[in-house]
Amino acid sequence: MTTEPEIVLSVRDLTVDFTQRQGSFRAVDGVSFDLRAGRTLGLVGESGSGKSVTARALMQLVDPPGRIIGGSIRLGDIDIAQLPRRGEAIRAIRGADISMIFQEPMSSLSPVHTIGAQVMEVLELHLKLDRKAARARTIELLGQVEIPNPEQAIDRYAYEFSGGMRQRAMIAMALACNPRVLIADEPTTALDVTTQAEVLDLIGRIQRERGMAMLLITHDMGVVAETVDDVAVMYRGQVVEAGPVDQVFHGATHPYTQRLLAATLKLEQPAARPAPPAVSSPILSLRNLGKTYQLGIGAFGGKAKGTLRAVDAVSLELAAGETLGIVGESGSGKTTLGRLILRTVEPTDGEVVYSPPGAAPVVVRTLDKAGLRNLYSEIRFIFQDPFASLNPRMTVRQIVGEPLLINRRGSSTEINARVSQLLELVGLDAGMMSRYPHAFSGGQRQRIGIARALALDPKVLIADEPTSALDVSIRSQILDLLIELRQRLGLSFIFISHDIGVIRYFCDRVAVMRRGRVVEVGDAQTICTSPSHPYTQALISAVPYPDPRRPRMQQRARYTETSV
Amino acid sequence: MLLYILKRLLYMVPTLFGMSLVSFLIIQLPPGDFLTSLTSAIADSGQSLDQASIDRLTALYGLDQPFYVQYWNWISNIIFRGDFGWSFDWGQPVSRLLWDRMGVTIFVSALSLVLIWALAIPIGIYSAVRRYSIGDYVFTFLGFVGLAVPTFILALGLMYVSFTWFGLNVGGLFSPEYEQAPWSLAKLLDLLQHLWIPVVVIAISSTAALIRVMRANLSDELSKPYVVTARAKGLSEFTLIMRYPVRLALNPFVSTIGWVLPSLISGVTITAIVLNLPMAGPLLLRALVSQDMYLAGAFILIMSVLTLIGMLLSDILLAVLDPRVRYQR
Repeated sequence: MTTEPEIVLSVRDLTVDFTQRQGSFRAVDGVSFDLRAGRTLGLVGESGSGKSVTARALMQLVDPPGRIIGGSIRLGDIDIAQLPRRGEAIRAIRGADISMIFQEPMSSLSPVHTIGAQVMEVLELHLKLDRKAARARTIELLGQVEIPNPEQAIDRYAYEFSGGMRQRAMIAMALACNPRVLIADEPTTALDVTTQAEVLDLIGRIQRERGMAMLLITHDMGVVAETVDDVAVMYRGQVVEAGPVDQVFHGATHPYTQRLLAATLKLEQPAARPAPPAVSSPILSLRNLGKTYQLGIGAFGGKAKGTLRAVDAVSLELAAGETLGIVGESGSGKTTLGRLILRTVEPTDGEVVYSPPGAAPVVVRTLDKAGLRNLYSEIRFIFQDPFASLNPRMTVRQIVGEPLLINRRGSSTEINARVSQLLELVGLDAGMMSRYPHAFSGGQRQRIGIARALALDPKVLIADEPTSALDVSIRSQILDLLIELRQRLGLSFIFISHDIGVIRYFCDRVAVMRRGRVVEVGDAQTICTSPSHPYTQALISAVPYPDPRRPRMQQRARYTETSV
Repeated sequence: MLLYILKRLLYMVPTLFGMSLVSFLIIQLPPGDFLTSLTSAIADSGQSLDQASIDRLTALYGLDQPFYVQYWNWISNIIFRGDFGWSFDWGQPVSRLLWDRMGVTIFVSALSLVLIWALAIPIGIYSAVRRYSIGDYVFTFLGFVGLAVPTFILALGLMYVSFTWFGLNVGGLFSPEYEQAPWSLAKLLDLLQHLWIPVVVIAISSTAALIRVMRANLSDELSKPYVVTARAKGLSEFTLIMRYPVRLALNPFVSTIGWVLPSLISGVTITAIVLNLPMAGPLLLRALVSQDMYLAGAFILIMSVLTLIGMLLSDILLAVLDPRVRYQR
């Protein structure tokens, strides 16, 4: 390429402040970049870095108390930063010249309007199409984003679509008026990896065809490496590093970029961790475990409209001291499986046997309430969402001490001592005991959750996506903590995740689940590098690889029911 | 959809049976019956009723029969002949009293309901969209005043004002000269002149409550991501608010229709007494006090039916408004 493509949108020294009770908080601080026709700029950063606010500022969509206080956003002759937030001028640009795809396709679409109505609305508004023309154009658009049967899909509602289909509808809506600039704010974060790969392919193809300029906002370095031309790294409201993607990945100069890349690459290989016990008896074995849900039973009973086999004849063994990963996409039954083990969801069939060292084996399904309670102190859960799983009205001391209190382990001074011991074990200051969860960051909250799980000296921990809500740099810290704890306390883990990287980093063995069944079990390294089942192959190859020189997604294997 | 409505109607039959049984049980619950309160009333006035006539009346009204026989007579007459029984107190068939009063009640209530919604929904939307603005504070203040002032005080206040300042005839629904007159334009104007006080009084406290509900509902919806999506399309603020969040914020409103109907009928008793309105509330109260069992029973039964109809209406409306509700069936 001899000449750089034309600049469509040029941002200079953009500054956004959020007015607060005391002073103001600068969310975006002097950010500059250019968006060029047909090229994609990746805006990368961890949560709170100001990347989403930047994106919204480009369309004057920052909600009060946020306000653009400086800089310019030039789209041709117009400076968007100077336009009134609710004025006619900016409304004419939104959806027509610049459009946006959001992270949560479910909540970003209206639940009570049809997909078609929401797309048609843009066409009627900006292109002044009449109803009939708008409808025809919408069907065409839905076809372009590869939604099957667009003639029927146009009259469907968002909840009738899968996550990937919703995001496609969202894309159709964004593309309706042929915008010059497309802003995608974490467009695939809520999607499974295989769906993510397809949606990213689609966005990339459409962007090339139409020569749109695109701003892709993401926290995922893998997605960046695989899809963008240029990168801008944001940290605390500032762009700390910018340049072509290859230069940023292979010649990063700013320490933050280097840290971010190091944390990402660290999760691309197994952690240095103790070898799994060579021969060891299983501490937990699942035999033909299954769960069937009856669908469509009304309040007055009646016949089920069908059944859903959420977990189907799963047999797995967890050796003492071992870490078993369970990986699968949403709806694969991995979370249900975790719940079946402790009977928080009652299994329909099959058996779970817990064989603690030096004690008689326990058949979990035959336990009464008291027996289950004993079991709960031996096998414990770590939850996914560190924000929702801690009661905001309880202090850390109450949260961590609650299992001790319920099981009457000692007086309140003894519990206090144990809580401070636990907090130190997970790397928190025991002096923080009397604070409430909101005073902690996501990573710290997850540590609190882990401390709570450890309170009763369990033998087995079941961790359901414990790191998926965390930023990448925090993620490896939490995993390292779990590895250390596992070694010190001789724990066994069942580790449920959709994230292959995390599984490879942390687990000895992996079971791959699909539609309630385990399709493949084996050594983690083997599964992640040379899987034998075609589904696993498709899954692994869809994971974006954080190196622009070694793209993986583009040569990915696809899996359909017939390719078995 | 049609099948669903049919199914719902079918489910209403056993519910209605249960309700009628309970209504009848309730009116039988107080010790004694109409004759005991009648004899004591007569004794109070210095006369006495001889035992023979008491026995004769007891047999006439079937008061000596067991509970289930009385219930059967009552309910079978209603179902097969539309006969709600005889009001001891008024010496009239219950059905005549009932339809007179019910007509006025439903008319006044419906007007109030329209006024409530016409005020509460726009004000609620305004308050939610312009949260913490001067206007919001003003409406919030007025709303709380409306909630706090007892309805009978408000009724008395309005009567005082319109009588002393405007010299209007207040109380009741008609001026005395039109009470028995045939319908004419003048009578209609007279009715409207009387009507505004009860309608305003009944509406005011409900309006205040509904403004708060609407404001809270809409505030929640306004911060949802789909609102940002709509804004990103370039819709004007007014269009997008009316089209998206308001539509969703109305759902809880619709769900309340079920209990709004009966509460408007029984909840305004005090207002009706103060304003001397020929509504159902005062009649029901009097029937309960004097143990006029058939009259009271009929009222309770009608109110139960209204509740059921209200519930059905709100469920159907909800299904029409929100496709998710339809989908779950």
